[in-house]
Amino acid sequence: MENFGFSLKKSRTVNLVHADMQKFDQLIAAVPSYKRCIGCGGCTASCSARQFTDFDIRKVHCYFSRGQYDQLEQELQKCMLCGKCTLVCPRGVNLRSLIINMRQILSNTTEILG
Amino acid sequence: MENFHPFVLPFVLGTFALFAICIYKYVRWIRQFDRLQRAIILKNIFSVKLLPAIWEMFTECLLHLRISKKNWRLGYMHRSIAFGWFLLIVVGAVESRIGTPKNFHFWVAIFYRYFHQAPPESHTAFVFTQVMDLLLLYVLSGITLAFIKKIHSRILGMKRATKHTLMDRAVRTALWSIFPLRLLSESVSACLYHNGGFLTQTIGDLFSPNVAQFLEMPFWSLYSIALCVFFLLLPFTRYMHIFTEIFLIYFRKLGVKERVKMTGFTKFELSACSRCGMCIDGCPLYKDLGIMDVQSVYLLRNLRNLEHHKDIVEAGKNCLMCSRCSEDCPVDIDLMSIRRISRDKGDLDTDGNYQYLQKVKSFNSIGRVAYFGGCMTQLTPAISSAMEEIFNAVGQKYWFMDKEKSICCGRPLAQQGFNKQAAELRRKNTELIHSSGATALVTSCPICYNAFKNEYQLHIPVYHHTEYLDQLIKSGKLKVSKGDLKVTYHDPCELGRSCGIYKEPRNVLKAVATLLKTENEKEKSLCCGMNLGNTVITLEQQTILRNSALDNLTAPNPDVVVTACPMCKRAFQHGGTSVQVKDIAEVVAAATKKE
Repeated sequence: MENFGFSLKKSRTVNLVHADMQKFDQLIAAVPSYKRCIGCGGCTASCSARQFTDFDIRKVHCYFSRGQYDQLEQELQKCMLCGKCTLVCPRGVNLRSLIINMRQILSNTTEILG
Repeated sequence: MENFHPFVLPFVLGTFALFAICIYKYVRWIRQFDRLQRAIILKNIFSVKLLPAIWEMFTECLLHLRISKKNWRLGYMHRSIAFGWFLLIVVGAVESRIGTPKNFHFWVAIFYRYFHQAPPESHTAFVFTQVMDLLLLYVLSGITLAFIKKIHSRILGMKRATKHTLMDRAVRTALWSIFPLRLLSESVSACLYHNGGFLTQTIGDLFSPNVAQFLEMPFWSLYSIALCVFFLLLPFTRYMHIFTEIFLIYFRKLGVKERVKMTGFTKFELSACSRCGMCIDGCPLYKDLGIMDVQSVYLLRNLRNLEHHKDIVEAGKNCLMCSRCSEDCPVDIDLMSIRRISRDKGDLDTDGNYQYLQKVKSFNSIGRVAYFGGCMTQLTPAISSAMEEIFNAVGQKYWFMDKEKSICCGRPLAQQGFNKQAAELRRKNTELIHSSGATALVTSCPICYNAFKNEYQLHIPVYHHTEYLDQLIKSGKLKVSKGDLKVTYHDPCELGRSCGIYKEPRNVLKAVATLLKTENEKEKSLCCGMNLGNTVITLEQQTILRNSALDNLTAPNPDVVVTACPMCKRAFQHGGTSVQVKDIAEVVAAATKKE
């Protein structure tokens, strides 16, 4: 095909009516403080993992809240759970709990005992 | 058969069942020890460590010195029942052995007053009879206190006692009825045969012989049945702690420790918990937030029975990991490790998550000190700049490991049950530190300090900056002037209770300021609430915890509230108090004499 130097991009439109919000609802139930998030990005700005890689926690929960769960599981594994995001959050979102719960919901696991 | 009566059968049955079940359980648990724990046991099994173990078994299983130190009333109560009963058995055995020349069976010792139907013949026998009565009185005094504690625990200095299960309460009733029944049985026999001591004879004389004749058999039978019920159910209830603590002390003295997964040693620890509930009163979640079902006593109980799976997970998560309960525990169970085991994340805990750290290289720091601020210090840069100032003031070359980019120490992951991930971070940090050639590691964060000190195996000494500053001031390298500042000091949980560092920060503060005492300090220090251990409580609840800790610190009217943890500092800074909040490094840096 002729290379024109430009191409058509895939549409990034998300149809929220048809999005699978079940996991998001589960997350809200587990971490109610997440409802307060205003998406300021303080968490990403302070993130330790972000200093080494392109891990972006704000992006992760943005995708999560739209029901786009692909790749999030691998992405969240980069988190070191150090808790800086939780401390800087101006809205008091319990981000460490949020991350653990996101991982649990995405991979369908719970704690094992004994 | 001489010296036998059918009423002893329940007791004999109970005793054999008790030993059979206990041996079965202990053998099973010992087989569940992991390889490292077994190696430690085999290495030390006949070492001199046995002697302190035996001493501790005596002081803890019988005398209960640790409980007595915390609360003498509870100490007396427990000692009178445990030690009193032990003496009753031992002295009773000796007395009956001497008094029964032939046809001696072990139950004769327990029911001696029934089988020996004659008044004391010699002085020795007379003394034995009186001593046995005295011991019975001693045990009964403990049972009375236990009963008072059940009705109103505050009288014995406990705000809140444990809420026991039905099974536990049933066995407690059996235990409590053993001794009054023994008293009554012996009194009745004393009435008939005049073989009682000062207590049983006095009570026995109140009965008329006819009534005594009628009551003798029922009383002795009930006594035997009470013993049987207690022994039969003991291995399945909290009273299993009686025997398990002996083994726990032995294994602990040999050097066995908790691992990241549940092992046989954990089973010993779980069963050694007597559910006394002393972990409840100190718990900040109970004291300030009124949460009453997540304390270690309940977690351990549910873990032991492995019932209420959902409750265990929820209770396991809701804990600040402030170690207050470990401090209060009279059995010294490793509660924090058990809490971590209950949080094990299983398949979620994956390997190879942090490959992006591979490109991080260390800095050639031969002859330098490595300084690890920690993630939280990045959010409180005043601490790290104060430390840099101090390093420069003493002319110490240093490598600020995480000035630009910080790798977490791994403890926050481990606290949440991500053991493999934490291990990966530990490997990376260890590699960085060792390859740098640094002579020592100084860290500003107690969380990191605890990890480096207790979880890493570093070849170089690890200091928290309070220790490091103390050394600098003592050796005279750092010259400080004492100002007229009045300060109070907050003991961070991870530094104080977890690592036992109380002295060093106080030495440092005394050198630069006037240190005021607070009500809850050292072991009793209150958690600032921002702890990384808990992922369940809300910000509002954390604020309540923070405020109560801050109230304690500002009560003596200090100019500055000093802490040694970036996390606590951040928590208190936003407390809306007019008092300044500073890290110990900042206070020292300000007091350093400039040349």
